[in-house]
Amino acid sequence: MPVAATADSHATLSPTRRLDPAAAAIELKDVSFAYDTRLILRGITMTVPRGKIVAIMGASGSGKTTILRLIGGQLRPKKGKVLVGGQSVADLEPDALYALRRKFGMLFQFGALFTDMTVFENIAFPMREHTDLPESMIRDLVLMKLNAVGLRGAAQLMPSELSGGMGRRVALARAIALDPMLVMYDEPFAGLDPISLAIVGQLIRRLNDALGITSIVVTHDVYESLKMVDYLYFVSEGKIVASGTPAEVRASSDPFVRQFVDGQPDGPVRFHYPAPPYHRALLANVE
Amino acid sequence: MSSEATGDLVLVLRRLGGTVTGGVARLGYMARFLGAILWYTPMALRRLHLTVREIYFSGVLSLVIILMSGLFVGMVLSLQGYEVLRRYSAQEQLGIVVALSLVKELGPVIGGLLFASRAGSAITAEIGLMKATEQLSAMEMMAVDPIARVVAPRFWAGVISMPLLAALFSAFGIFGGYLIGVRVIGIDAGAFWGQMQAGVNFWPDITNGIIKSIVFGAAVSLIAVIEGYDAKPTAEGVSSATTRTVVVSSLAILALDFVLTVFMFRGVGL
Ligand SMILES: Nc1ncnc2c1ncn2[C@@H]1O[C@H](COP(=O)(O)OP(=O)(O)O)[C@@H](O)[C@H]1O
Ligand SMILES: [Mg+2]
Repeated sequence: MPVAATADSHATLSPTRRLDPAAAAIELKDVSFAYDTRLILRGITMTVPRGKIVAIMGASGSGKTTILRLIGGQLRPKKGKVLVGGQSVADLEPDALYALRRKFGMLFQFGALFTDMTVFENIAFPMREHTDLPESMIRDLVLMKLNAVGLRGAAQLMPSELSGGMGRRVALARAIALDPMLVMYDEPFAGLDPISLAIVGQLIRRLNDALGITSIVVTHDVYESLKMVDYLYFVSEGKIVASGTPAEVRASSDPFVRQFVDGQPDGPVRFHYPAPPYHRALLANVE
Repeated sequence: MSSEATGDLVLVLRRLGGTVTGGVARLGYMARFLGAILWYTPMALRRLHLTVREIYFSGVLSLVIILMSGLFVGMVLSLQGYEVLRRYSAQEQLGIVVALSLVKELGPVIGGLLFASRAGSAITAEIGLMKATEQLSAMEMMAVDPIARVVAPRFWAGVISMPLLAALFSAFGIFGGYLIGVRVIGIDAGAFWGQMQAGVNFWPDITNGIIKSIVFGAAVSLIAVIEGYDAKPTAEGVSSATTRTVVVSSLAILALDFVLTVFMFRGVGL
């Protein structure tokens, strides 16, 4: 299904500027997913073009991490297809899936650094596992990656000795250790102070452009992503409710986008978890 | 019979059935997990340093508690044994009693129980925490199978460490028995060691002990890695998995000990 066909399923902000599916590194076609019986994603269709940074935005629990796990082949869609370079991830044999993952980098929500290894060993880990490079070469490569995130001096620290922002940058260096074609960032900004946050944001953009990577950034930080991404998808209750370039998002009058961009507590996304009417709950004691 | 009572009976039967099928399914799962570990074993052995490192963590760091316990158990055994043997004027046999009880039973069993609570719980907690902090997920996404990289080395480290620990437990126990029997009570040292040498055979006494400790090591390690791997990725999940490892592997050791002992007695024609 070409992307154009999805225009009616959600509010594409500008019908004239759609992403060209031919250049797609990643495509989700009408993907649904459920944990047991709980439907998390309902018919997600999205395209990530080669060499671009695409943001997936949505409230927590809206299924953003689930989308990344589907792309990485850790979960299989109940319906629809996840295509990476035209191949359906769920149909790959284990060997082929592992071969594909070697071309992926992923920054986990909380970094997921290996706590029993130094920063240096964390970044050397994928190299040691997947290459036969001599020790001297690994050393040079690790220092290069660390230098790219500005932490060459922290090579011998343990993950527990790093601040939140530093940990995120080390995880970033590990994600790009094997020069991946795709890097997925799961909430790279969560819990960072404004300075670290800007640093990480710039790093993602710089690495993307310098190494020719395709990037997917999952986040709920609208402000930061509007500064650095090429395209945004808004997810709510398992559906894509809006999408567009940063300029379109800023100019949009879509109520969902406005609520998200302006940070209003109530709107299409409700503040209240579904509950029976308040007055009935209050009166329940009286009866 | 009233329909209510029938309903209760159905409920009880259903619950019983559920427990049985659940238990069987769990055993099947454990067998498949063991299969996966064995499948990745060549890969794990090729990078021996990973297993050696785990032998240090589960084996070497358990040494103190194993040696101390062995010593005390041996001393108590010697006191109790002497007290009984004296009634039959068979004090000279103390060496055999101490050595056989330790080598055939107490070394593997108490060593195994201590190993479960010292090393097994640590393995579960470590793997569970790696899961809770998404380190296992991260490994998978880096195209590295956590069973090969994390689970298999810990499993084999347990299988290798356990017989060595049990042997050391027995050795220290015998030494403790010697301290009490010979040095304190005053049995003739020559009789103590001589009787032991004559009465304890390598085959089947010592080999049976070794077989037991290898089986216990495998059981404890398998339970520990599975509980860690399946732990709910939360703080409570990891802590309850750790508790379960100790409880389940202790029961497994005692049950397996009974089964193995029965088979071993059949082996010598009892
Ligand atoms: N392993 C799991 N089992 C069951 N439910 C899960 C699991 N992981 C996540 N969920 C549920 O799926 C929903 C979406 O999760 P997730 O994709 O992590 O959301 P997000 O990353 O957008 O915050 C959440 O409601 C969460 O509770
Ligand atoms: Mg998430």
